[in-house]
Amino acid sequence: MSAVVTIAAYGLREALRRRVFAVVLLLTVGFLALFWLGNSYVFDHVADVVPPAGIDARTFAGAFVFGLAMFATLFLGVVLAIFLTLGVVEADAERGLLQPLVVRPVGRSVLLAARFLGAAVICVPYVLSVYFAALLITGLTGDWWPDRIVLPGLELAGGVLVVAALSLLGSVFLGSTANGIAVFMVFGAGLVAGLLGNIGHALNAEKLIRVAKIVAWAIPFEALYEDGLRGITEETSGLTGFLLRLGPFGGAESGGWALRAWSVAYLLLVLAAAVIAFGRRDL
Amino acid sequence: MPALAVRELRKRYGKAEALRGVDLEVAGAELFGLLGPNGAGKSTLVKIACGLVRATGGTTTICGVPAGSHEARAAIGYLAELFRFPGWMSADEVLQLHQRLSGSERGAAERRELLELVGLADAAGRRVEAMSKGMQQRLGIAQALVGRPRLLLLDEPTSALDPAGRRTVRGLLEGLRERGIAVLLNSHLLSEIELVCDRVAILSAGEVVAAGTPAELARPRGVEIETASGTQLFEGARRDDAPRIVRELVAGGEEVFAVRVLSSTLEDVYLEAVGGDPS
Repeated sequence: MSAVVTIAAYGLREALRRRVFAVVLLLTVGFLALFWLGNSYVFDHVADVVPPAGIDARTFAGAFVFGLAMFATLFLGVVLAIFLTLGVVEADAERGLLQPLVVRPVGRSVLLAARFLGAAVICVPYVLSVYFAALLITGLTGDWWPDRIVLPGLELAGGVLVVAALSLLGSVFLGSTANGIAVFMVFGAGLVAGLLGNIGHALNAEKLIRVAKIVAWAIPFEALYEDGLRGITEETSGLTGFLLRLGPFGGAESGGWALRAWSVAYLLLVLAAAVIAFGRRDL
Repeated sequence: MPALAVRELRKRYGKAEALRGVDLEVAGAELFGLLGPNGAGKSTLVKIACGLVRATGGTTTICGVPAGSHEARAAIGYLAELFRFPGWMSADEVLQLHQRLSGSERGAAERRELLELVGLADAAGRRVEAMSKGMQQRLGIAQALVGRPRLLLLDEPTSALDPAGRRTVRGLLEGLRERGIAVLLNSHLLSEIELVCDRVAILSAGEVVAAGTPAELARPRGVEIETASGTQLFEGARRDDAPRIVRELVAGGEEVFAVRVLSSTLEDVYLEAVGGDPS
Protein backbone atom coordinates (compact mmCIF):
# COMPACT_ATOMS: atom_id res chain seq x y z
CA MET A 1 0.00 0.00 0.00
CA SER A 2 2.86 2.35 0.81
CA ALA A 3 4.28 1.81 -2.71
CA VAL A 4 0.91 2.82 -4.21
CA VAL A 5 0.85 6.02 -2.15
CA THR A 6 4.50 6.75 -2.97
CA ILE A 7 4.00 6.35 -6.74
CA ALA A 8 0.69 8.22 -6.77
CA ALA A 9 2.29 11.11 -4.85
CA TYR A 10 5.29 11.02 -7.19
CA GLY A 11 2.98 11.31 -10.23
CA LEU A 12 1.09 14.20 -8.69
CA ARG A 13 4.24 16.10 -7.73
CA GLU A 14 5.45 15.64 -11.29
CA ALA A 15 2.15 17.12 -12.56
CA LEU A 16 2.44 19.97 -10.07
CA ARG A 17 5.93 20.65 -11.33
CA ARG A 18 4.74 20.68 -14.93
CA ARG A 19 2.15 23.28 -13.92
CA VAL A 20 -0.77 21.09 -15.00
CA PHE A 21 -2.72 22.11 -11.92
CA ALA A 22 -1.91 25.79 -12.37
CA VAL A 23 -3.24 25.76 -15.94
CA VAL A 24 -6.40 23.85 -14.99
CA LEU A 25 -7.01 26.11 -11.97
CA LEU A 26 -6.64 29.20 -14.13
CA LEU A 27 -9.02 27.80 -16.76
CA THR A 28 -11.50 26.80 -14.04
CA VAL A 29 -11.52 30.21 -12.37
CA GLY A 30 -11.95 31.85 -15.78
CA PHE A 31 -14.79 29.51 -16.66
CA LEU A 32 -16.65 29.95 -13.36
CA ALA A 33 -16.31 33.74 -13.53
CA LEU A 34 -17.70 33.82 -17.07
CA PHE A 35 -20.39 31.34 -16.12
CA TRP A 36 -21.49 33.51 -13.19
CA LEU A 37 -21.53 36.56 -15.50
CA GLY A 38 -23.54 34.68 -18.13
CA ASN A 39 -26.03 33.42 -15.56
CA SER A 40 -26.53 36.91 -14.13
CA TYR A 41 -27.19 38.29 -17.59
CA VAL A 42 -29.53 35.47 -18.61
CA PHE A 43 -31.63 35.51 -15.45
CA ASP A 44 -31.72 39.31 -15.28
CA HIS A 45 -33.46 39.26 -18.63
CA VAL A 46 -35.43 36.04 -18.46
CA ALA A 47 -38.49 37.84 -17.08
CA ASP A 48 -38.59 40.01 -20.22
CA VAL A 49 -38.64 36.98 -22.54
CA VAL A 50 -41.98 35.93 -23.97
CA PRO A 51 -41.42 32.27 -24.88
CA PRO A 52 -43.55 30.26 -27.33
CA ALA A 53 -46.52 28.50 -25.78
CA GLY A 54 -45.64 25.44 -23.68
CA ILE A 55 -42.15 26.58 -22.79
CA ASP A 56 -41.16 27.57 -19.26
CA ALA A 57 -38.50 30.25 -19.91
CA ARG A 58 -36.79 29.96 -16.49
CA THR A 59 -36.56 26.17 -16.62
CA PHE A 60 -35.37 26.29 -20.21
CA ALA A 61 -32.71 28.94 -19.48
CA GLY A 62 -31.55 27.25 -16.26
CA ALA A 63 -31.28 23.77 -17.72
CA PHE A 64 -29.66 25.06 -20.90
CA VAL A 65 -26.91 27.09 -19.20
CA PHE A 66 -26.34 24.37 -16.62
CA GLY A 67 -26.11 21.83 -19.46
CA LEU A 68 -23.42 24.04 -20.96
CA ALA A 69 -21.66 24.09 -17.58
CA MET A 70 -21.78 20.29 -17.49
CA PHE A 71 -20.11 20.18 -20.88
CA ALA A 72 -17.42 22.61 -19.71
CA THR A 73 -16.93 20.58 -16.51
CA LEU A 74 -16.54 17.41 -18.53
CA PHE A 75 -14.08 19.13 -20.86
CA LEU A 76 -11.96 20.58 -18.05
CA GLY A 77 -11.99 17.27 -16.20
CA VAL A 78 -10.94 15.46 -19.36
CA VAL A 79 -8.07 17.94 -19.93
CA LEU A 80 -6.87 17.31 -16.38
CA ALA A 81 -7.25 13.53 -16.66
CA ILE A 82 -5.40 13.37 -19.96
CA PHE A 83 -2.50 15.52 -18.81
CA LEU A 84 -2.14 13.45 -15.64
CA THR A 85 -1.97 10.14 -17.50
CA LEU A 86 -0.82 10.66 -21.08
CA GLY A 87 2.89 10.07 -20.42
CA VAL A 88 2.82 7.41 -17.71
CA VAL A 89 4.53 4.62 -19.68
CA GLU A 90 5.97 5.33 -23.12
CA ALA A 91 6.85 8.98 -22.58
CA ASP A 92 8.40 8.37 -19.15
CA ALA A 93 10.30 5.37 -20.54
CA GLU A 94 11.62 7.48 -23.45
CA ARG A 95 12.87 10.05 -20.97
CA GLY A 96 14.48 7.39 -18.77
CA LEU A 97 12.26 8.23 -15.78
CA LEU A 98 10.36 4.96 -15.70
CA GLN A 99 13.12 2.32 -15.71
CA PRO A 100 14.57 3.12 -12.26
CA LEU A 101 11.06 2.74 -10.80
CA VAL A 102 10.06 -0.43 -12.68
CA VAL A 103 13.11 -2.41 -11.52
CA ARG A 104 12.12 -1.90 -7.90
CA PRO A 105 10.16 -4.72 -6.23
CA VAL A 106 6.82 -3.01 -6.74
CA GLY A 107 5.26 -4.62 -9.81
CA ARG A 108 4.16 -3.02 -13.04
CA SER A 109 0.46 -3.46 -12.26
CA VAL A 110 0.90 -1.65 -8.94
CA LEU A 111 2.74 1.16 -10.69
CA LEU A 112 -0.02 1.58 -13.25
CA ALA A 113 -2.81 1.28 -10.68
CA ALA A 114 -1.07 3.86 -8.48
CA ARG A 115 -0.79 6.34 -11.34
CA PHE A 116 -4.48 5.82 -12.18
CA LEU A 117 -5.51 6.23 -8.54
CA GLY A 118 -3.37 9.37 -8.31
CA ALA A 119 -5.22 10.82 -11.30
CA ALA A 120 -8.61 9.70 -9.89
CA VAL A 121 -7.92 11.26 -6.49
CA ILE A 122 -7.46 14.60 -8.22
CA CYS A 123 -10.00 14.37 -11.07
CA VAL A 124 -13.06 13.16 -9.15
CA PRO A 125 -13.02 15.89 -6.47
CA TYR A 126 -12.15 18.43 -9.14
CA VAL A 127 -15.10 17.50 -11.38
CA LEU A 128 -17.48 17.40 -8.42
CA SER A 129 -16.23 20.79 -7.17
CA VAL A 130 -16.70 22.48 -10.54
CA TYR A 131 -20.07 20.76 -11.04
CA PHE A 132 -21.41 21.88 -7.66
CA ALA A 133 -19.93 25.37 -8.05
CA ALA A 134 -21.77 25.72 -11.39
CA LEU A 135 -24.93 24.30 -9.83
CA LEU A 136 -24.76 26.83 -7.00
CA ILE A 137 -24.17 29.70 -9.42
CA THR A 138 -27.19 28.70 -11.53
CA GLY A 139 -29.35 28.05 -8.48
CA LEU A 140 -28.48 31.23 -6.64
CA THR A 141 -28.60 33.61 -9.64
CA GLY A 142 -31.56 32.03 -11.44
CA ASP A 143 -33.48 30.25 -8.72
CA TRP A 144 -33.45 27.10 -10.84
CA TRP A 145 -32.28 23.73 -9.52
CA PRO A 146 -31.86 20.55 -11.53
CA ASP A 147 -34.22 17.63 -10.98
CA ARG A 148 -31.34 15.37 -9.97
CA ILE A 149 -28.57 17.02 -7.98
CA VAL A 150 -25.85 14.44 -7.16
CA LEU A 151 -26.09 11.70 -9.78
CA PRO A 152 -25.27 13.85 -12.86
CA GLY A 153 -22.11 15.09 -11.11
CA LEU A 154 -21.06 11.55 -10.28
CA GLU A 155 -21.68 10.53 -13.88
CA LEU A 156 -19.49 13.34 -15.15
CA ALA A 157 -16.74 12.22 -12.76
CA GLY A 158 -17.23 8.67 -14.02
CA GLY A 159 -16.91 9.87 -17.61
CA VAL A 160 -13.64 11.60 -16.75
CA LEU A 161 -12.33 8.41 -15.12
CA VAL A 162 -13.14 6.49 -18.31
CA VAL A 163 -11.10 9.01 -20.32
CA ALA A 164 -8.24 8.78 -17.78
CA ALA A 165 -8.22 4.98 -18.18
CA LEU A 166 -8.18 5.28 -21.99
CA SER A 167 -5.33 7.76 -21.76
CA LEU A 168 -3.42 5.41 -19.45
CA LEU A 169 -3.92 2.55 -21.91
CA GLY A 170 -2.78 4.78 -24.78
CA SER A 171 0.33 5.74 -22.83
CA VAL A 172 1.53 2.12 -22.97
CA PHE A 173 1.80 2.34 -26.76
CA LEU A 174 2.18 6.03 -27.63
CA GLY A 175 4.41 8.93 -26.71
CA SER A 176 2.76 11.86 -24.95
CA THR A 177 2.02 13.98 -28.03
CA ALA A 178 0.54 11.12 -30.05
CA ASN A 179 -1.41 9.82 -27.06
CA GLY A 180 -2.75 13.27 -26.19
CA ILE A 181 -3.93 13.80 -29.77
CA ALA A 182 -5.46 10.31 -29.91
CA VAL A 183 -7.41 10.65 -26.65
CA PHE A 184 -8.62 14.16 -27.47
CA MET A 185 -9.79 12.86 -30.86
CA VAL A 186 -11.65 10.00 -29.19
CA PHE A 187 -13.22 12.57 -26.86
CA GLY A 188 -14.15 14.73 -29.85
CA ALA A 189 -15.56 11.70 -31.67
CA GLY A 190 -17.82 11.05 -28.68
CA LEU A 191 -19.12 14.61 -28.73
CA VAL A 192 -19.66 14.52 -32.50
CA ALA A 193 -21.62 11.30 -32.05
CA GLY A 194 -23.77 13.09 -29.47
CA LEU A 195 -24.43 15.96 -31.88
CA LEU A 196 -25.27 13.48 -34.64
CA GLY A 197 -27.74 11.91 -32.24
CA ASN A 198 -29.31 15.36 -31.76
CA ILE A 199 -29.65 15.81 -35.49
CA GLY A 200 -31.04 12.28 -35.77
CA HIS A 201 -33.69 13.06 -33.17
CA ALA A 202 -34.62 16.34 -34.86
CA LEU A 203 -34.91 14.67 -38.27
CA ASN A 204 -36.30 11.46 -36.82
CA ALA A 205 -33.48 9.59 -38.60
CA GLU A 206 -33.35 6.16 -36.96
CA LYS A 207 -29.99 5.14 -38.45
CA LEU A 208 -28.29 8.29 -37.21
CA ILE A 209 -29.76 7.81 -33.74
CA ARG A 210 -28.57 4.18 -33.68
CA VAL A 211 -25.03 5.13 -34.78
CA ALA A 212 -24.87 7.83 -32.09
CA LYS A 213 -26.08 5.35 -29.48
CA ILE A 214 -23.51 2.71 -30.48
CA VAL A 215 -20.68 5.27 -30.32
CA ALA A 216 -21.91 6.61 -26.98
CA TRP A 217 -21.80 3.10 -25.48
CA ALA A 218 -18.51 2.18 -27.17
CA ILE A 219 -16.91 5.15 -25.43
CA PRO A 220 -19.20 5.39 -22.41
CA PHE A 221 -17.98 8.74 -21.11
CA GLU A 222 -20.28 10.19 -23.76
CA ALA A 223 -23.23 8.04 -22.66
CA LEU A 224 -22.59 9.02 -19.01
CA TYR A 225 -22.59 12.69 -19.99
CA GLU A 226 -25.85 12.22 -21.89
CA ASP A 227 -27.36 10.38 -18.92
CA GLY A 228 -26.25 13.23 -16.65
CA LEU A 229 -27.88 15.77 -18.97
CA ARG A 230 -31.05 13.69 -18.90
CA GLY A 231 -30.90 13.65 -15.10
CA ILE A 232 -31.01 17.42 -14.67
CA THR A 233 -34.37 17.65 -16.48
CA GLU A 234 -35.69 14.20 -15.66
CA GLU A 235 -39.00 15.50 -14.34
CA THR A 236 -39.40 18.31 -16.86
CA SER A 237 -42.14 17.48 -19.31
CA GLY A 238 -43.85 19.00 -22.33
CA LEU A 239 -42.19 21.06 -25.04
CA THR A 240 -39.63 22.42 -22.55
CA GLY A 241 -38.52 18.91 -21.69
CA PHE A 242 -38.41 17.86 -25.34
CA LEU A 243 -36.23 20.80 -26.37
CA LEU A 244 -33.90 20.38 -23.42
CA ARG A 245 -33.40 16.71 -24.18
CA LEU A 246 -31.87 17.75 -27.51
CA GLY A 247 -29.27 19.29 -25.23
CA PRO A 248 -26.23 21.43 -25.86
CA PHE A 249 -23.17 19.52 -27.13
CA GLY A 250 -24.92 16.18 -27.27
CA GLY A 251 -28.43 14.93 -26.65
CA ALA A 252 -29.81 14.01 -23.27
CA GLU A 253 -30.31 10.25 -23.34
CA SER A 254 -31.21 8.05 -20.46
CA GLY A 255 -28.77 5.20 -19.91
CA GLY A 256 -29.96 4.03 -16.52
CA TRP A 257 -28.27 1.45 -14.30
CA ALA A 258 -27.29 -0.70 -17.27
CA LEU A 259 -25.10 2.14 -18.52
CA ARG A 260 -23.57 2.71 -15.08
CA ALA A 261 -22.79 -0.99 -14.69
CA TRP A 262 -21.35 -1.13 -18.21
CA SER A 263 -19.20 1.94 -17.50
CA VAL A 264 -17.69 0.31 -14.40
CA ALA A 265 -17.04 -2.90 -16.36
CA TYR A 266 -15.59 -0.88 -19.26
CA LEU A 267 -13.28 1.02 -16.88
CA LEU A 268 -12.02 -2.23 -15.36
CA LEU A 269 -11.55 -3.80 -18.81
CA VAL A 270 -9.54 -0.83 -20.07
CA LEU A 271 -7.37 -0.85 -16.94
CA ALA A 272 -6.87 -4.62 -17.24
CA ALA A 273 -5.85 -4.18 -20.89
CA ALA A 274 -3.37 -1.48 -19.85
CA VAL A 275 -1.87 -3.72 -17.13
CA ILE A 276 -1.54 -6.68 -19.53
CA ALA A 277 -0.03 -4.54 -22.30
CA PHE A 278 2.40 -2.88 -19.87
CA GLY A 279 3.37 -6.27 -18.45
CA ARG A 280 4.32 -7.48 -21.94
CA ARG A 281 6.26 -4.36 -22.92
CA ASP A 282 10.02 -4.24 -23.20
CA LEU A 283 11.42 -1.06 -21.73
CA MET B 1 24.79 -19.80 -5.52
CA PRO B 2 25.76 -17.35 -8.29
CA ALA B 3 24.49 -13.78 -8.06
CA LEU B 4 23.58 -13.96 -11.75
CA ALA B 5 23.25 -17.06 -13.89
CA VAL B 6 22.40 -16.80 -17.57
CA ARG B 7 21.77 -19.95 -19.61
CA GLU B 8 21.17 -20.14 -23.35
CA LEU B 9 19.70 -16.65 -23.26
CA ARG B 10 18.04 -15.52 -26.46
CA LYS B 11 16.32 -12.30 -27.40
CA ARG B 12 14.79 -11.44 -30.72
CA TYR B 13 13.48 -8.00 -31.73
CA GLY B 14 11.41 -8.72 -34.83
CA LYS B 15 13.85 -10.31 -37.26
CA ALA B 16 16.94 -9.07 -35.44
CA GLU B 17 18.54 -11.42 -32.93
CA ALA B 18 20.04 -9.40 -30.10
CA LEU B 19 21.17 -12.40 -28.03
CA ARG B 20 21.94 -15.84 -29.49
CA GLY B 21 22.29 -18.27 -26.63
CA VAL B 22 24.42 -16.44 -24.09
CA ASP B 23 25.80 -18.30 -21.07
CA LEU B 24 27.50 -16.52 -18.22
CA GLU B 25 27.69 -16.54 -14.47
CA VAL B 26 28.57 -13.85 -11.96
CA ALA B 27 29.60 -15.16 -8.54
CA GLY B 28 28.84 -13.41 -5.26
CA ALA B 29 31.18 -10.47 -4.57
CA GLU B 30 32.59 -10.74 -8.08
CA LEU B 31 33.19 -7.76 -10.36
CA PHE B 32 32.26 -8.93 -13.81
CA GLY B 33 32.89 -6.81 -16.89
CA LEU B 34 30.78 -6.99 -20.01
CA LEU B 35 32.41 -5.69 -23.16
CA GLY B 36 31.32 -5.47 -26.76
CA PRO B 37 30.67 -3.11 -29.62
CA ASN B 38 27.42 -1.15 -29.95
CA GLY B 39 24.55 -3.50 -30.75
CA ALA B 40 26.36 -6.54 -29.34
CA GLY B 41 23.49 -7.17 -26.90
CA LYS B 42 25.11 -5.97 -23.66
CA SER B 43 22.31 -3.62 -22.62
CA THR B 44 19.67 -6.17 -23.64
CA LEU B 45 21.32 -8.74 -21.38
CA VAL B 46 21.40 -6.30 -18.46
CA LYS B 47 17.77 -5.29 -19.06
CA ILE B 48 16.66 -8.93 -19.09
CA ALA B 49 18.51 -9.47 -15.82
CA CYS B 50 16.62 -6.63 -14.17
CA GLY B 51 13.23 -7.51 -15.67
CA LEU B 52 12.84 -4.59 -18.07
CA VAL B 53 12.98 -6.80 -21.17
CA ARG B 54 11.49 -10.25 -21.65
CA ALA B 55 13.74 -12.97 -23.02
CA THR B 56 12.71 -14.93 -26.09
CA GLY B 57 14.39 -18.07 -24.73
CA GLY B 58 16.76 -19.40 -22.08
CA THR B 59 16.84 -18.65 -18.38
CA THR B 60 18.18 -15.88 -16.20
CA THR B 61 18.29 -16.19 -12.43
CA ILE B 62 19.27 -13.67 -9.78
CA CYS B 63 20.50 -15.33 -6.57
CA GLY B 64 18.62 -18.46 -7.61
CA VAL B 65 15.26 -16.87 -8.44
CA PRO B 66 13.96 -16.00 -11.94
CA ALA B 67 14.96 -12.54 -13.17
CA GLY B 68 12.03 -10.12 -13.13
CA SER B 69 10.35 -11.78 -10.16
CA HIS B 70 9.60 -9.75 -7.03
CA GLU B 71 12.41 -11.52 -5.12
CA ALA B 72 14.89 -10.95 -7.95
CA ARG B 73 14.06 -7.25 -8.14
CA ALA B 74 14.48 -6.99 -4.38
CA ALA B 75 18.01 -8.39 -4.77
CA ILE B 76 19.27 -6.04 -7.48
CA GLY B 77 20.32 -2.46 -7.92
CA TYR B 78 20.30 -1.03 -11.43
CA LEU B 79 21.67 1.98 -13.18
CA ALA B 80 20.45 2.36 -16.75
CA GLU B 81 22.63 3.73 -19.52
CA LEU B 82 20.07 6.44 -20.22
CA PHE B 83 18.28 7.42 -17.06
CA ARG B 84 16.81 10.56 -15.58
CA PHE B 85 15.53 11.58 -12.22
CA PRO B 86 12.86 14.26 -11.95
CA GLY B 87 14.67 17.59 -12.03
CA TRP B 88 12.57 19.00 -9.18
CA MET B 89 13.72 16.35 -6.72
CA SER B 90 16.71 16.81 -4.46
CA ALA B 91 19.35 14.09 -4.23
CA ASP B 92 17.99 13.16 -0.81
CA GLU B 93 14.41 12.94 -2.15
CA VAL B 94 15.50 10.67 -5.03
CA LEU B 95 17.07 8.27 -2.56
CA GLN B 96 14.06 8.52 -0.26
CA LEU B 97 11.73 7.61 -3.15
CA HIS B 98 13.83 4.55 -3.94
CA GLN B 99 14.02 3.57 -0.28
CA ARG B 100 10.23 3.54 -0.16
CA LEU B 101 9.94 1.51 -3.35
CA SER B 102 12.60 -0.99 -2.34
CA GLY B 103 11.25 -1.33 1.18
CA SER B 104 14.48 -0.13 2.79
CA GLU B 105 13.94 0.96 6.37
CA ARG B 106 17.42 2.34 6.96
CA GLY B 107 16.19 5.91 6.60
CA ALA B 108 18.36 9.00 6.68
CA ALA B 109 21.46 7.09 7.79
CA GLU B 110 21.46 5.03 4.59
CA ARG B 111 20.91 8.10 2.42
CA ARG B 112 23.76 9.93 4.13
CA GLU B 113 26.05 6.93 3.79
CA LEU B 114 25.28 6.47 0.08
CA LEU B 115 25.74 10.14 -0.75
CA GLU B 116 29.07 10.09 1.06
CA LEU B 117 30.08 6.96 -0.81
CA VAL B 118 29.59 8.64 -4.21
CA GLY B 119 31.07 11.97 -3.10
CA LEU B 120 27.79 13.87 -2.95
CA ALA B 121 27.58 14.39 0.81
CA ASP B 122 27.38 18.15 0.34
CA ALA B 123 24.72 17.94 -2.36
CA ALA B 124 21.93 16.15 -0.44
CA GLY B 125 19.59 19.13 -0.74
CA ARG B 126 20.56 20.08 -4.26
CA ARG B 127 17.95 19.60 -6.96
CA VAL B 128 18.77 17.16 -9.75
CA GLU B 129 18.26 19.89 -12.36
CA ALA B 130 21.04 21.91 -10.70
CA MET B 131 23.51 19.02 -10.85
CA SER B 132 26.14 18.38 -13.51
CA LYS B 133 25.82 15.22 -15.65
CA GLY B 134 28.60 13.62 -13.64
CA MET B 135 26.88 14.38 -10.33
CA GLN B 136 23.64 12.91 -11.67
CA GLN B 137 25.50 9.78 -12.71
CA ARG B 138 27.00 9.43 -9.22
CA LEU B 139 23.53 9.96 -7.76
CA GLY B 140 22.37 7.19 -10.09
CA ILE B 141 24.95 4.85 -8.59
CA ALA B 142 23.84 5.82 -5.08
CA GLN B 143 20.23 5.15 -6.09
CA ALA B 144 21.21 1.70 -7.39
CA LEU B 145 22.74 0.88 -4.00
CA VAL B 146 19.60 1.71 -2.03
CA GLY B 147 18.31 -1.29 -0.08
CA ARG B 148 21.68 -3.12 -0.02
CA PRO B 149 21.36 -5.08 -3.27
CA ARG B 150 23.23 -8.38 -3.67
CA LEU B 151 23.81 -7.77 -7.36
CA LEU B 152 24.47 -4.40 -8.93
CA LEU B 153 23.80 -4.03 -12.66
CA LEU B 154 25.58 -0.99 -14.04
CA ASP B 155 25.10 -0.02 -17.67
CA GLU B 156 27.83 2.43 -18.69
CA PRO B 157 28.07 3.97 -15.21
CA THR B 158 31.05 6.18 -15.99
CA SER B 159 30.10 7.46 -19.45
CA ALA B 160 29.47 11.01 -18.18
CA LEU B 161 32.25 11.14 -15.62
CA ASP B 162 35.55 12.99 -15.81
CA PRO B 163 38.79 11.12 -14.95
CA ALA B 164 38.50 12.05 -11.26
CA GLY B 165 34.89 10.85 -11.18
CA ARG B 166 35.91 7.59 -12.86
CA ARG B 167 38.56 7.02 -10.25
CA THR B 168 35.97 7.61 -7.51
CA VAL B 169 33.67 5.02 -9.10
CA ARG B 170 36.54 2.53 -9.50
CA GLY B 171 37.30 2.87 -5.81
CA LEU B 172 33.62 2.51 -5.04
CA LEU B 173 33.36 -0.70 -7.08
CA GLU B 174 36.33 -2.21 -5.29
CA GLY B 175 34.68 -1.27 -1.99
CA LEU B 176 31.51 -3.07 -3.06
CA ARG B 177 33.44 -6.26 -3.67
CA GLU B 178 34.69 -6.08 -0.10
CA ARG B 179 31.11 -5.69 1.09
CA GLY B 180 30.11 -8.88 -0.74
CA ILE B 181 28.11 -7.20 -3.52
CA ALA B 182 28.42 -8.71 -6.99
CA VAL B 183 28.65 -6.24 -9.87
CA LEU B 184 27.93 -6.67 -13.56
CA LEU B 185 29.63 -3.73 -15.20
CA ASN B 186 28.75 -2.95 -18.78
CA SER B 187 31.22 -0.46 -20.16
CA HIS B 188 32.96 0.70 -23.29
CA LEU B 189 36.01 1.73 -21.32
CA LEU B 190 38.37 -1.22 -21.62
CA SER B 191 40.98 0.26 -19.31
CA GLU B 192 38.38 0.63 -16.60
CA ILE B 193 37.21 -2.97 -16.97
CA GLU B 194 40.81 -4.17 -17.00
CA LEU B 195 41.58 -2.25 -13.83
CA VAL B 196 38.66 -3.34 -11.67
CA CYS B 197 37.04 -6.50 -13.00
CA ASP B 198 37.77 -10.02 -11.77
CA ARG B 199 36.41 -11.55 -14.96
CA VAL B 200 35.38 -10.27 -18.34
CA ALA B 201 33.10 -11.48 -21.14
CA ILE B 202 33.22 -10.03 -24.62
CA LEU B 203 29.95 -10.04 -26.50
CA SER B 204 29.76 -9.70 -30.26
CA ALA B 205 26.59 -10.00 -32.34
CA GLY B 206 24.72 -11.50 -29.41
CA GLU B 207 27.29 -14.18 -28.55
CA VAL B 208 30.04 -14.50 -25.97
CA VAL B 209 33.20 -14.60 -28.07
CA ALA B 210 35.74 -14.48 -25.24
CA ALA B 211 35.59 -14.82 -21.47
CA GLY B 212 38.01 -15.13 -18.60
CA THR B 213 40.07 -13.07 -16.20
CA PRO B 214 41.90 -10.11 -17.77
CA ALA B 215 45.16 -12.02 -17.18
CA GLU B 216 43.82 -15.13 -18.91
CA LEU B 217 42.68 -13.10 -21.88
CA ALA B 218 45.96 -11.24 -22.25
CA ARG B 219 48.45 -13.40 -24.23
CA PRO B 220 52.26 -13.03 -24.49
CA ARG B 221 53.29 -11.15 -27.60
CA GLY B 222 57.06 -11.53 -27.34
CA VAL B 223 60.15 -9.94 -25.87
CA GLU B 224 61.50 -6.65 -27.14
CA ILE B 225 65.25 -6.01 -26.57
CA GLU B 226 67.02 -2.74 -27.16
CA THR B 227 70.60 -3.31 -28.35
CA ALA B 228 73.35 -1.17 -29.84
CA SER B 229 72.28 -2.27 -33.32
CA GLY B 230 68.61 -1.37 -32.72
CA THR B 231 65.45 -2.78 -31.17
CA GLN B 232 64.81 -6.44 -31.80
CA LEU B 233 61.46 -8.19 -31.31
CA PHE B 234 61.40 -11.90 -30.43
CA GLU B 235 57.83 -12.82 -31.27
CA GLY B 236 56.21 -15.53 -29.20
CA ALA B 237 58.92 -15.39 -26.53
CA ARG B 238 57.77 -15.31 -22.92
CA ARG B 239 59.10 -13.68 -19.77
CA ASP B 240 61.00 -16.90 -18.89
CA ASP B 241 62.76 -16.78 -22.28
CA ALA B 242 64.23 -13.29 -21.69
CA PRO B 243 67.45 -14.31 -19.75
CA ARG B 244 68.35 -16.89 -22.40
CA ILE B 245 67.83 -14.45 -25.27
CA VAL B 246 69.91 -11.80 -23.50
CA ARG B 247 72.71 -14.33 -22.87
CA GLU B 248 72.73 -15.33 -26.54
CA LEU B 249 72.80 -11.70 -27.67
CA VAL B 250 75.66 -10.82 -25.29
CA ALA B 251 77.54 -13.95 -26.37
CA GLY B 252 77.06 -12.81 -29.95
CA GLY B 253 78.77 -9.49 -29.16
CA GLU B 254 75.64 -7.31 -28.77
CA GLU B 255 75.34 -4.66 -26.13
CA VAL B 256 71.95 -4.87 -24.35
CA PHE B 257 70.39 -1.67 -22.98
CA ALA B 258 66.79 -2.68 -22.16
CA VAL B 259 64.45 -5.67 -22.14
CA ARG B 260 60.66 -5.44 -22.37
CA VAL B 261 58.25 -8.38 -22.06
CA LEU B 262 55.24 -7.68 -24.28
CA SER B 263 51.76 -9.05 -23.72
CA SER B 264 48.54 -8.23 -25.52
CA THR B 265 46.29 -5.78 -23.75
CA LEU B 266 42.59 -6.27 -23.19
CA GLU B 267 42.14 -3.86 -26.06
CA ASP B 268 44.07 -6.18 -28.39
CA VAL B 269 42.01 -9.14 -27.22
CA TYR B 270 38.82 -7.15 -27.60
CA LEU B 271 39.60 -6.00 -31.14
CA GLU B 272 40.59 -9.50 -32.14
CA ALA B 273 37.43 -10.98 -30.62
CA VAL B 274 35.02 -8.53 -32.27
CA GLY B 275 36.76 -8.74 -35.61
CA GLY B 276 38.46 -5.37 -35.47
CA ASP B 277 35.21 -3.47 -35.14
CA PRO B 278 35.83 -1.11 -32.24
CA SER B 279 32.38 0.52 -32.40
